[in-house]
Amino acid sequence: MTIQLDFSLFTQPEFLGQVGKGLLGTLELAALAFALAIAMAVLIAVMRMSNSKACQAVAAAYVEYHQNVPLLVHIFLWYFGVAALLPAGVQQWINAHNSEFIFAFIGIGLCLGAYMSEDLRGGIRSIPTSQLEASRALGLSYLQAFRLVILPQAVRVSMPAIINHTVLLFKNTSLAMTVGAVELTYVTKEVESQTFRTFEIYLASTVMYLGLSLLLMWFGAVIENRIRIRNR
Amino acid sequence: MNDIINIIQDNWELLLVGQYPHGPIGGLAVTLFLSLVGIVLAFPLGVVLALCRLSPFRFLSWPATAIVYVVRGVPLIMFIFWTYFIVPQILGRPVAGITTMLVTLVIYQSAYLAEIVRAGMQGLPFGQTEAARAIGLSYMQTTFKVLLPQAIYNMVPAIISQFVSSIKDTALGYVISVNELTFAASQINANLLTMPFQVYILLASIYFVICALLTQLARYLERRIALRRAGKAGASAAVASAMQQANV
Repeated sequence: MTIQLDFSLFTQPEFLGQVGKGLLGTLELAALAFALAIAMAVLIAVMRMSNSKACQAVAAAYVEYHQNVPLLVHIFLWYFGVAALLPAGVQQWINAHNSEFIFAFIGIGLCLGAYMSEDLRGGIRSIPTSQLEASRALGLSYLQAFRLVILPQAVRVSMPAIINHTVLLFKNTSLAMTVGAVELTYVTKEVESQTFRTFEIYLASTVMYLGLSLLLMWFGAVIENRIRIRNR
Repeated sequence: MNDIINIIQDNWELLLVGQYPHGPIGGLAVTLFLSLVGIVLAFPLGVVLALCRLSPFRFLSWPATAIVYVVRGVPLIMFIFWTYFIVPQILGRPVAGITTMLVTLVIYQSAYLAEIVRAGMQGLPFGQTEAARAIGLSYMQTTFKVLLPQAIYNMVPAIISQFVSSIKDTALGYVISVNELTFAASQINANLLTMPFQVYILLASIYFVICALLTQLARYLERRIALRRAGKAGASAAVASAMQQANV
């Protein structure tokens, strides 16, 4: 098996622009989905730790559902299923505003949010309940106690798991290509079918994914180190 | 709800086994086949990778570490496309989609299993290695007769979780038209056209039932193993902590 590698396609502005657009799409999708995932993670974790049975049940069901169904199916359900249930006006608006991207972002964000809420809950559970009791005794409200006392400590404990899932989130933005959102994998397939330089273009995007994932892992390690409480 | 029952009545064969008696097998049967065979084949590879990573020899540990990082850093979909293009090149003939998917899953899962096995081995007290070596067992004997059996026993719940994630990963076979559950559902959706939500919520429910049951099994085993491990130290304390875990 001999393969002639020819990277000259990357000197052509046309394809370079396409790849750049894809990379930008991936980064945008990852950033937006990450924001949604973190927001959901905090919300669900707080609900799950609350005293209300109803809140607990809703949060538990949310986590179970998202952890036990493939992400691809979540994206399909949003893009094909939920989209069809929306009123016509909303559908039109979304279709005019890059619906593939929007539904992929919702699906990925909500799903990874479930995983991250479990990470956070693990962190919260590792903080002794006496901390909460003490904060309550000092006159902090439940939410204040959570925000000022429990969460800052819990985040430190759950950081490694959250970073792991952030890398997973970044990798999984590639699934958005299945519904046609313009991101790196989608663009890779497109350029491949235009140029037939299969190995070159796949090598390039694989290296980009790997580089960015490693960068995320490294960045996570730096943050973990920065926020660690020393001398304890 | 009526729509969903109708969809099941009309298409249960397609979802379960594809067009099997009259055509290629597909649906849930292929999903389960891929994930089960994938994890069984990936397991020995994972053990080898883990042993390489733990090895004091750099020419073993560095490549193994590199493989694990590459797998952790590159999307599964990219791996599927690589296998899709490379395996036919190596074999010099076209390959069925199901084979492509299986090869990809084995590579992908073995890296994740390697991390699980490594964690299990590192979780054992070092005294085990010392004691085994002191009574005259060789490195191989220590690893395969003393360390691995204990590590694997402790790792059973994690391995089941990995099985669940491999079931979920098979859904990606859709992108290279492997005839599995998600592909079957998308075919049904293409036939019906008018009920995408019902079709995909049904698909999600099927995955949910299978994966949730396995997850429950993993949790149950986890509790049991924790109890057994702690048994000698103090059964009552272990029961208390396990029950606490079960309650939260």
